[in-house]
Amino acid sequence: MELLRFATAGSVDDGKSTLIGRLLYDSKSIFEDQLQAVEKTSLDRGDEYVNLALLTDGLRAEREQGITIDVAYRYFSTPKRSFIIADTPGHIQHTRNMVTGASTADLVLVLVDARNGIIEQTRRHALIASILRIPHLVLCVNKMDLMDYSKDVFESIKEEFQEYATRLDIKDVTAIPVSALTGDNVVSRSLNMPWYDGYPLLRFLEEVYIGSDRNLVDLRFPVQMVIRPISDSHQRDFRGYGGQLASGILEKGTEVLALPSGFKSKIARIEGPDGEIEQAVPYQSVVVCLEDDIDISRGDMLCRPNNKPIIGQDITSMLCWMSDVPLDTRRKYLIKHTTKTLKAMVTKLHYRLNVNTSHRDLNVTSLELNEIGRADFRLSSPIFFDDYKKNKETGSFIVIDEATNATVAAGLISGEAFLDA
Amino acid sequence: MGNEISNLEALEAEAIHLIREVLTELERPALLFSGGKDSAVLLHLAMLAVKPKKLWIPIVHIDTGHNFEEVISYRDKIISQFDLNLIIGSVQDSIDRKTAVEEPGNLSRNKLQTVTLLETIEDYKFDALFGGARRDEEKARAKERFLSHRDAFGQWNPRGQKPEIWHLYNTKHHTDEHFRVFPLSNWTELDVWKYIKLRNIELPTIYYSHQREVVRRNSMLVAVTDLTPKLEDEESFVATVRYRTVGDKTCTAAVESLSSNVDEIIEETQTSRISERGATRVDDKFSEAAMEDRKKEGYF
Repeated sequence: MELLRFATAGSVDDGKSTLIGRLLYDSKSIFEDQLQAVEKTSLDRGDEYVNLALLTDGLRAEREQGITIDVAYRYFSTPKRSFIIADTPGHIQHTRNMVTGASTADLVLVLVDARNGIIEQTRRHALIASILRIPHLVLCVNKMDLMDYSKDVFESIKEEFQEYATRLDIKDVTAIPVSALTGDNVVSRSLNMPWYDGYPLLRFLEEVYIGSDRNLVDLRFPVQMVIRPISDSHQRDFRGYGGQLASGILEKGTEVLALPSGFKSKIARIEGPDGEIEQAVPYQSVVVCLEDDIDISRGDMLCRPNNKPIIGQDITSMLCWMSDVPLDTRRKYLIKHTTKTLKAMVTKLHYRLNVNTSHRDLNVTSLELNEIGRADFRLSSPIFFDDYKKNKETGSFIVIDEATNATVAAGLISGEAFLDA
Repeated sequence: MGNEISNLEALEAEAIHLIREVLTELERPALLFSGGKDSAVLLHLAMLAVKPKKLWIPIVHIDTGHNFEEVISYRDKIISQFDLNLIIGSVQDSIDRKTAVEEPGNLSRNKLQTVTLLETIEDYKFDALFGGARRDEEKARAKERFLSHRDAFGQWNPRGQKPEIWHLYNTKHHTDEHFRVFPLSNWTELDVWKYIKLRNIELPTIYYSHQREVVRRNSMLVAVTDLTPKLEDEESFVATVRYRTVGDKTCTAAVESLSSNVDEIIEETQTSRISERGATRVDDKFSEAAMEDRKKEGYF
């Protein structure tokens, strides 16, 4: 069974928590005791119906204020797929939370209220999905019950969104008319909208093809851990490199190049979790042994001799700032990229991107919380990277404030949000 | 096709990646082991992460003294089988030192474990503790990070969590602070059982169907033991039961079940309509925010 990770984004009152509650409830992923707790709380609060939003609002303050504070993760499965939902709030800390929740997603689900149509936040969510290169976007036009299930309303929202989306870099955009409250087109096909001939949401999530979204071409194996069982006598000669394959296919006998040393060797053995395997595919955690005893340590990378990542100390990036303390271009930061952490400084700040209008503000000296901009860094030593467009694993990094240890930014190497404008 | 990995393999790979990051970037990690199924899976993953090297970090058991005998004998067997280094933090010791105080009338030592856990962390200066908690267990956990920061008082600050982006974990921390590390964050109860089958992981026998003398208390089945004797107005009877979680004997209930092997438990879990905690934990029901409050204080 395959795993699909998706993130949800929407504004306050778009009914996002209700939609997730509905997906969990209608797919029978809610337990009776959880439902009873929600029924009781709904009654205590004087809600007129069983408030499915309460299934996802986890922290006390959220339940009291009826808002969602932080990214929450939900799980459900159908006979076809397992799903991980990253539920991101739309109002506060919006960019920070959406970037966090969507960074590992295969798909993003953007909710709009059919009464309001496309608003500023909808464009912002789509833009962030595009920056993060989430390959699939589903626009859920919710609260169709309040618009008499009107085809015209849905079509005009869909058209407006698709026009905007053509300027973005999202592979696949789908619009679905739903009512989370009544369940129309969430799990079962809506009888109120016979004019809609696409899949209901859940069916779409089960069917969307994600197999081609991984990079199977460029072999990149960042070394996490050198494994040498010195104390154990019969394993004394074992020297393996533990890591998670970022991209490409790793096969026994493959000729590899170790970076930064530049030494070549061949893959002698690949150990998977259940013993020796002939080949490893992206995201498998394995241990690799080489034919030759060459010096490799954590932070190094294995690739093919004729397909190397870029090796360099200067990078340009799209930067999403996530801290209350603004970016200070005079300061040094730490950057964590693959399995390497090193010092870095900003050498140039090009522009700030207005995430609502997608306007580039060139008059920029800093980035503040929830702002996105283009920044160049100089690193204290070379890293092995690819453009985020080609490789999410080797094209992404986080920025750490050395004084507070906080994670202050997410960076995408030379990532651009728009198709050539 | 053929290049895809299954749901379980993806979860396994994600967990091993996190374990390796913590083992290489932190100085004094340890692994919390209760003898329950989640910690059995966690231990299995930690051993896989460093295989063929022997797992060298300490295995920490916070011992309430209220254990099922089967769990303790299982723990000792696993520790000796894999030649691991066991550290026991005893709640009874904390009580004797008067750092933990039992509430009159409350038998459960669940809450007191927090004191012993924080004392053990302090004694050994651990900077990271692997735990088997899952986000699907409970609403407050659903918001917790893989790498969850604890301040010098062991407290969790849910509103001040570091964002976790891609799988790039920030392991930087100040002295006296530590991390709780949850490699099983994205696993569900069903995933855990399917994985136990896939990798053939041994568990304490009480997870499987057996006969036991029980009483029915607040619609839950409570085993009749030295610590949970039959009350005056109660009738005890022998039932065919198993445990869905193992914990403090005084607050963990059994469920009626005929499932005597992993396949039958997977089947049972797939059709169960009651959550794991709802079915077996006597202490989570007190308030909507019970878990959130305990976690803030430093609970697992």
